Amino acid sequence: MARSVNFDLSQPDVEIGLESPADEDVVHDSFSRLIEEQSENNRLSAIELQDLQQDLDEEGRDSLAGLSGPAYRGWRLGSDETEEDDNERQTDRLLQDKLSSATLRILSSMPSRTIGRSRGAIISQYYNKTMQLRRRRQSRPAIKDFSRSARPSIRGYGVEVDTTDSAESKKERLVNNLQILSVGDRERMLRAMPLNLSEKKELRSLTLKKTKTHSSSKLTCCSRLKFYIIIALRHSWYSLLSFLHSLQLWQTRLKKISGRFGSGVLSYFLFLKYLLFFNVFLLLVTGAFLVLPQALYPPKLHAMRRSFTGLELLTGAGYFSDTLMYYGYYSNDTLQRNRENCIEGNISSSASPQCDSNYPSYNMPLAYFFTIGMAFFITCIILVYSMSKSFGQSFRIDKSHAMLAMKAFCSWDFKVIKKNPVKLMSENICTQLKELLAEVNHRKFKNTLKQKLHKLLVHGLAWTICIAATTGCLVGIYYFSDYMHEQERLHDVSKGRLLKEASLLALPVLVSFINLVLPGLFNLVADMENYNSPSIRTYVALSRNLMLKVSVLGILCYHWLSRVPAESDCPSSKDQDPTCECWESFVGQELYRFLIIDFIFTLLDTLFGELLWRLFSDKVLRRKRRPGFDIAKNVLHLIYGQTLAWLGVLFTPLLPAVQILKLLLLFYIKTSSVMMNCQAPRRPYRVSQMTTIFITLLCFPSFLGASVCVTYTMWSIKPSGSCGPFRGNESMFKAGKNWMDKLEKENPHLSLLARAHTYLVENPFFLFVGAGIFLIVIYFQSQVVDGQRKIITLLQEQIENEGEDKKFLISKLQSIHEKKRTPARRLTSQDSG
Amino acid sequence: MGNKQTIFTDEQLDAYQDCTFFTRKEILRLHSRYHELAPHLVPMDYTNEPDCKLPLALIVDMPELKENPFRNRIVESFSEDGMGNLSFNEFVDMFSVLSEMAPRELKAIYAFKIYDFNVDNYLCKEDLEKTLNRLTKEELTPEEVELVCEKTIEEADLDGDNKLSYADFENMISRAPDFLSTFHIRI
Repeated sequence: MARSVNFDLSQPDVEIGLESPADEDVVHDSFSRLIEEQSENNRLSAIELQDLQQDLDEEGRDSLAGLSGPAYRGWRLGSDETEEDDNERQTDRLLQDKLSSATLRILSSMPSRTIGRSRGAIISQYYNKTMQLRRRRQSRPAIKDFSRSARPSIRGYGVEVDTTDSAESKKERLVNNLQILSVGDRERMLRAMPLNLSEKKELRSLTLKKTKTHSSSKLTCCSRLKFYIIIALRHSWYSLLSFLHSLQLWQTRLKKISGRFGSGVLSYFLFLKYLLFFNVFLLLVTGAFLVLPQALYPPKLHAMRRSFTGLELLTGAGYFSDTLMYYGYYSNDTLQRNRENCIEGNISSSASPQCDSNYPSYNMPLAYFFTIGMAFFITCIILVYSMSKSFGQSFRIDKSHAMLAMKAFCSWDFKVIKKNPVKLMSENICTQLKELLAEVNHRKFKNTLKQKLHKLLVHGLAWTICIAATTGCLVGIYYFSDYMHEQERLHDVSKGRLLKEASLLALPVLVSFINLVLPGLFNLVADMENYNSPSIRTYVALSRNLMLKVSVLGILCYHWLSRVPAESDCPSSKDQDPTCECWESFVGQELYRFLIIDFIFTLLDTLFGELLWRLFSDKVLRRKRRPGFDIAKNVLHLIYGQTLAWLGVLFTPLLPAVQILKLLLLFYIKTSSVMMNCQAPRRPYRVSQMTTIFITLLCFPSFLGASVCVTYTMWSIKPSGSCGPFRGNESMFKAGKNWMDKLEKENPHLSLLARAHTYLVENPFFLFVGAGIFLIVIYFQSQVVDGQRKIITLLQEQIENEGEDKKFLISKLQSIHEKKRTPARRLTSQDSG
Repeated sequence: MGNKQTIFTDEQLDAYQDCTFFTRKEILRLHSRYHELAPHLVPMDYTNEPDCKLPLALIVDMPELKENPFRNRIVESFSEDGMGNLSFNEFVDMFSVLSEMAPRELKAIYAFKIYDFNVDNYLCKEDLEKTLNRLTKEELTPEEVELVCEKTIEEADLDGDNKLSYADFENMISRAPDFLSTFHIRI
């Protein structure tokens, strides 16, 4: 897209890209005053002029160094044409100017200098963008939409038209384009333009006026209706946005947090908010499809319904075990309006003819199965979408070498507004810059072999300690859970009921305790290791923590999904023992207990780790530094809690409600604690990268693990025979199959669907093929990324070459101007001399 | 929505919604913030587009800007006259660009304007020195500042003219994923 630059030296007032120089004057008024003052102070003689000419013969590398001032002057030349003589401007020694004004005039109109500066240039740029957008949206723009000033040969091709067009016509063309674009595109273009607001509003009003005149002339009634519908939709969309915005949770609190602690700590609370919405969605789905129908048709209550004691809130057992909370409460037949006429059969397929009434029926097992399936599927889609969006924002294809530049320009967090945190941030940036400088200067610093070996040994020791501690804890959990489970089943009547229920809490307490203490140990070990780079330290801490939590969850899942169902076939006893009767409800209760105890331990951790430590460090140690807020540890803890919630949805449809309450309370407690007790982390925290990592961790180990467990449960484990919507079936999955069989029996035309179901869903071969295709697609995309990396290096080389070309051309241009001027000067000096 | 507000006409609010990243409520809130800065100067009725500008000193006194080392440059970059006097349109424009939803390119353009202290469309060495001094509150020694400026230009300057043009700056920004989250002021 070559712009035609007019090199005609006889026209001194060619201002390419400048529509109204008077406006530019106003913008740079302060600087222009400075220039005038300085140029008044320095009047040069002819001798200095000649000196300069000699200097120009050598092609200095810094010949363009003095372009700052004179480039600006080029702007003003349009208005001050009378005093455009080179003498005063060009040779201002303070600005080390070496180029003639003619050259400068041309240089000042170069496209690269007009970006974001002149209104006309912005309008041209956006005209091009809208043309590109239109070309993308439709194959060829209609010729009648072009104004007459466009050259006929290029009409319809979106080529850059003559730059000598006036501002008005450019604006008109831009308005034309905007009008043709769709409403969404138009708004996006308008918002992204770097013009000031009044001009944008003017463009918008011109566009709308044009739309109105266009439409009122040739609209049929259908198009007018469509137009009004679109306007109405837009109004309702805006009002919805306003409504959602007014619902913005916790806006002021988040602003306070970001004002004092910056984006890093804020990202933890934003992540919390993000998890909250997942749980709200889950609750809405399970509530609407499972809880509500079942609540409307309560099943027959068991004879021995336990009374409410306070302990239920902690253990989830007792009174709660026969309520909507757990799997066991849900019926396994079709819910009907006139239930009295129905025979309550144990198998869903047996329905007496009297049940087929005109009232809508609700097949509970099917609903249960599909609700959980759909909820997980939609959650998966949302997670993958947000993960890819976050990844796209933070992933950079080429390895960044520009660390100092980025640190200088991108490290100031504009959100921080309190005085002390700002001071802290300045100190942090200062320290980081010094460290980066040291690193850059002493990059050749190599460790000796002995030092390397020593470092390796220390790292190996640290990892051994961590892995040993983790394994020890895992083994402990394994045997303890086994022991506790045995204790449960022994039906030891000598213990009181309350004590028996309280002993259910032992396993959660142990696990939460391990989750609290072991990361502290990992931190100590990392201190001992003394990492050079803070980001590596963060990653190592994160991976150790993750390893711990994943293995703990793994052991617990094994315990719940293998041991508990296997041992739940006990002889029919009249004792209301949850493990015997209904292992799913028992697992649901376990998960509820884990969530509650986890929350309590987080509170304790906040209390001791932050509040008491701050008091201790203030009063006893008399240190000025408050404890820092460990973002990674806290976010990982949130992810752990969310995994438990996802695991438990199948067994406890109301678990998302518990998780929502927990997250709400956690938010308020954590914000208060952070505001009172902590200070911003000292180490630099890369917000986008870490957020991407956390969302990825939420998707991959956490959600994937939960969905694998749930799928395994649905597929292979035999549901308990006496409770729940799937009682009597071989697996929960069979409910779907039974329904398909029933449908086929009732309606033979649907046999195709049934066969498709058999081959596609039940046959694992299909899954393998699907997974294989995905892997191939991923491989191709990674190859594309590699190719783009190569292209980037090539383009960078090209830019450097263009830079060299530019320098060469400018110096050549300068020498041409000098040659033209020198004969004239020689004449005048000869005349005078 | 049926809100009985008399500050703006509905068309004005629609125009604001289309041209900025704010919703109606946020624009009304911004107006009340603007009004708070100078209650006797700013009219409550904007239906006939009054020509009212607030001086720089009042705007940089806002809590969101008070401690920001670049506050003067921020306000100057958004003012028509380059002196920092903001009308309500420019005020809204400023916070719209600095809001969460503004795209990277738009933010990069204005970030470049902010860091360009001598307004010459290039980030030369003096600009960088001033930026660094403000960032670190003059804690770095002059030699260190010099060194950092040199290294920065070395790293980011692609076409070799010893200064950073907008293209260089944008290229460098595109490699910093944190830019979007740090160049953001909540209002």
